[in-house]
Amino acid sequence: MSSVVLPEQPAAAPAPAKPKREVFYRHTRIVRICHWVNALCFLLLLMSGMQIFNSHPRLYWGQAGANFDTPWLKVSPVLRADNKYHGELQVGEVKLNTDGFLGAQYKDGKATYQAFPGWLTIPSWHDLGMGRHWHFFFAWALVINGATYVVFGFINRHLQRDITPKLAELTPKHLLQDVWDHLRLKHPAGEAAKRYNTLQKLAYFSVIFLLFPVMILTGLTMSPGFNAIAPFLLDLFGGRQSARSIHFIAANLLVLFLVVHLVEVVIAGAWNEIRSMITGRYHVPPDTHGETRA
Amino acid sequence: MIISRRKLIVGAAAGAGALILPGCDAAVRSPSWNTFLAGGERLSYSAQRALQFGQPLAREFSERDLSPVFRANGTTNPDTPEYNDMVANGFANWRLTIDGLVDRPQSYSLADLRAMPSRTQITRHDCVEGWSAIGRWTGAQLAPLLMAAGLKPNARFALFHCADDLDKTPDGLGKYYETSDLIDCFHPQTILAYGLNNKPLDVAHGAPVRMRIERALGYKQPKYVMRIEMIERFDHLGKGKGGYWEDRGYEWYGGI
Repeated sequence: MSSVVLPEQPAAAPAPAKPKREVFYRHTRIVRICHWVNALCFLLLLMSGMQIFNSHPRLYWGQAGANFDTPWLKVSPVLRADNKYHGELQVGEVKLNTDGFLGAQYKDGKATYQAFPGWLTIPSWHDLGMGRHWHFFFAWALVINGATYVVFGFINRHLQRDITPKLAELTPKHLLQDVWDHLRLKHPAGEAAKRYNTLQKLAYFSVIFLLFPVMILTGLTMSPGFNAIAPFLLDLFGGRQSARSIHFIAANLLVLFLVVHLVEVVIAGAWNEIRSMITGRYHVPPDTHGETRA
Repeated sequence: MIISRRKLIVGAAAGAGALILPGCDAAVRSPSWNTFLAGGERLSYSAQRALQFGQPLAREFSERDLSPVFRANGTTNPDTPEYNDMVANGFANWRLTIDGLVDRPQSYSLADLRAMPSRTQITRHDCVEGWSAIGRWTGAQLAPLLMAAGLKPNARFALFHCADDLDKTPDGLGKYYETSDLIDCFHPQTILAYGLNNKPLDVAHGAPVRMRIERALGYKQPKYVMRIEMIERFDHLGKGKGGYWEDRGYEWYGGI
């Protein structure tokens, strides 16, 4: 990575001194391409995944599970006192009224009874076959893209240097300071802004090396053809239905990551952050007093 | 007109957001996009078949893993006059024929099948919808039956003719049928199952015989099998996709 200091405006008139705009080349081309390909694949996998979930909106633990077995999570329309069906999410013994969103949707006076509403799924109507076509195509794309990122990132040491937290960063004192800074929405400026902070590193590290691998492996564990190839995955995740549940939970954690990620982008300066992931160039917030960010 | 790069990118992002769902729905309907997407299925098929060298077995479970109730799905009773006749006399007049691209067409009664090399396996049945059930299946292995018939060199698929009309349409396109490649046909766990959980296979689960093709999803394992025809291609059958559910949008390769 290189640091470029843009020349200041020619000093024609003695204007109030502007702080230097330091432009920092933050993301290599391969990181930028992989980021956006991954973002697209993830979005389409999520939406087609919800389509697939809608075919059997119940989750079980163990090797097997079907309608006569007890799910730990269930989305369904339930008959209420008004003699009408209403959407409900059941997790264990807890029942949540999700009418209008999960389990039952209403549009133009007509009701549909899908687990996830059509505006979240690909296609927007119920079509399991089509959802699967999209899901498996973009799963391949995600895996190839992810492998490209990891291989390049390992060779050019981006993963070791920028993503893996240093041991010194993992002390309780340092971590607490980082949490405190995040809670105050205080973002690093100057030199510190050129590096990822520890919580950021931990988040990226766990998404790259934990959540996505778990998504891919639990996905493969649901394939009867792959079970014959790698039966140990059934033991690793505790069975096909457990793998399906873990696939769902990990997808939710990725959505949680995405929400935090997007909120942080907005807080840190949406335009500067998005541009840096498109052009690679990041305008470093000047370190004025070492206290507030510009 | 000068558009700043910022406006262009912001506009493109907003446009992409507004277009994504209608865009996906439009793509879903586009034949060329679907041909492109089908590349994923070919990749999965090639990758899984390459990794399945040596014909590894599907996981077999123990008695205590059996599902308390084995869900019956799809057709649970063909309910045609011919089928009801067979049920009435305990399938005594049922004959399984194996013909098509074979040297010696065969015909088996249920008693004949029971006398053939058999296999009992406690396996997991996976529906494309996402649920699974574990059952104990007993049946005749398909491979020795095909060997007895002797495949012609151009036989590439087994076509399973079934007794059920899952979709009762007058044009006959609702008839259930399936095709399997020879890799699945000759897999040791591929059996013509006549027993489920120590009882003769019942009507709801596909009596007298259903296929068990253990490395595939449920829709690839047809029930109510009447005839096995060895064929070279399947594009002239039904809507040309190789099976009842394939004609309705599922992948031909049902291993994932």
